[in-house]
Amino acid sequence: MILHQYLDDAARKWPDKVAVQEAGGSSITYRELRGLSDRLRDRLVKLGVRPGDRVGFWIRKSIEGVATIFGALKTGAAYVPVDPSAPATRNGYILSDCAVAAVVVESRFKAALLSELSGHGAQPAILTIDGIGGGVHLRAALDEEDRRAKAPPAKTAVSQPDDLAYILYTSGSTGKPKGVILTHRNAVSFVEWCSETFAPTLEDRFSSHAPFHFDLSILDIYTCVKHGATLVVVGEEIGKKPELAQLIADMKITVWYSAPSILSLMAQYGKLESRNYASLRLVLFAGEVFPITHLKSLVRQWPHPRYFNLYGPTETNVCTWYEVPKPIPDDRAEPMPIGRVCSHLEGVVIDAEGKTVAKGAEGELCIRGAGVTQGYWNLPEQTRNSFVTFGAAPAYYRTGDVVVEEGGGNFRYLGRKDRMIKKRGFRIELGEIEACLYRHPGIREAAAIALPDDVLGMKVYAHVSCKEGNRLSLIELKTFCSEHIPVYMVPDVFTFHPVLPKTSTDKVDYQTLKARSQA
Amino acid sequence: MADQSPAMNVVKSFILKEFLPGEDPANLMPTTPLMSTGILDSLATLKLISFLEQEFDIQIEAHEADEEHLETLEAICKLVDSKR
Repeated sequence: MILHQYLDDAARKWPDKVAVQEAGGSSITYRELRGLSDRLRDRLVKLGVRPGDRVGFWIRKSIEGVATIFGALKTGAAYVPVDPSAPATRNGYILSDCAVAAVVVESRFKAALLSELSGHGAQPAILTIDGIGGGVHLRAALDEEDRRAKAPPAKTAVSQPDDLAYILYTSGSTGKPKGVILTHRNAVSFVEWCSETFAPTLEDRFSSHAPFHFDLSILDIYTCVKHGATLVVVGEEIGKKPELAQLIADMKITVWYSAPSILSLMAQYGKLESRNYASLRLVLFAGEVFPITHLKSLVRQWPHPRYFNLYGPTETNVCTWYEVPKPIPDDRAEPMPIGRVCSHLEGVVIDAEGKTVAKGAEGELCIRGAGVTQGYWNLPEQTRNSFVTFGAAPAYYRTGDVVVEEGGGNFRYLGRKDRMIKKRGFRIELGEIEACLYRHPGIREAAAIALPDDVLGMKVYAHVSCKEGNRLSLIELKTFCSEHIPVYMVPDVFTFHPVLPKTSTDKVDYQTLKARSQA
Repeated sequence: MADQSPAMNVVKSFILKEFLPGEDPANLMPTTPLMSTGILDSLATLKLISFLEQEFDIQIEAHEADEEHLETLEAICKLVDSKR
């Protein structure tokens, strides 16, 4: 099975079923979506796209976006979505890095895109659509091109399961985004797990909340299409506001899938008890820890859906899952576990030396199986370093996340590997030290890093910037810390900065801080 | 504040120089907690003991290298005085 086959099969079985619906009311049937994706396929092939190429697109959430995905897949290319709201430099870098043969772009982004591409010396074919909504603008662009020179009908590519289907770029610790390459098999094996686990039906109405460049979209789009359900596209704007709660009710969404933050927002401000959510049967969340206070509140306000915590990096898509038992006891203070490894994958937990740990001991979670990436686009060393092998057996992908298996066989997430250290036998979570520092009234920014030290084992460096003045009293700071965290977690060295160094995506630049700490 | 003895000044200077770079000396008072706050960690404690033994020509026992005896400048000076 290959991804675009899901669409063509659905169009054959349920041609008049609504495939995609937008909040504004526009919709497209499976037959129409197949037709539109076929036309785009033809145009892309006329523009020179060949099987094995990459096709980028810079389009906001819309029917146009979904049609573009399938059109690109049908040429045998891999699609590369860029974040429509990211800076042009970042998107230009991504599209040049994987040398796309063509880009489908909304006219509002075109000038910035072209400028960036020419800076990289890249010259892909460009198809411009003058807006989004209903698929109308893609149709219009194709009509316009056909008027100039008709695109001959091309054959839909018969891709192999191990052919690349899409590349999703994630932020790299070096500052440059890295492209996770994913095959048809990677996605299909995951979609099949979704079918088994969530039993979708024709009557389902899946939210499409996640952007197309996030791997949550894989569950949304392909699970929906496979089962002939309806995909309800949520635009970028409404997707971040509590008003989204109205949309979920109005559109009678049955399966909701998103990161926890929007759910927390709706639990607090969405006035959920004032509306009818009888249709909502599944609430799936992934991507970060769901603060237990807000999850409890959400489950109280939406008591009848089933809730699932899904965990997994882009490199594996969802790799562990956990159904939230309801009701959640009032006194529960711990976040939910990440659960068990999905049935289409295998997991092991390894220590710092790369050896599997004893059952119940903590370590880094590593995953292998049909859903796991082959690696990163054009980054052979990074790819090599991300996998661990035991003898001649197939390699496991190292998630970089530290977990521990609990009594019931569920994994609990402990933190990022590189943010947890051992000092004199104590486990220290650097994020906890930062949280403590942020509680100090005089501190504006704080970042904690750790470096090996001959004498101390690990030395903790706190880099801070102050709200007023250049520095604070070390005595006062250490005393403050000792009142909030165990004394072994009090940083060894404090360095004061006017402002902490930042990366291009405006996060604290830990690499630079580490380099400076070593100097 | 009580007068600081010459011994206390010597210990205070050492602690400021070795473990509190850039700190305003006025912040380090005779009763400022040092070990329970992480200002003196276990390594610092060893360095301090080494310094005290050399500077004041005394011997400090293993059981005296703890919070009870070394938590404040006052406590440290009391320990030093008891050995002279």
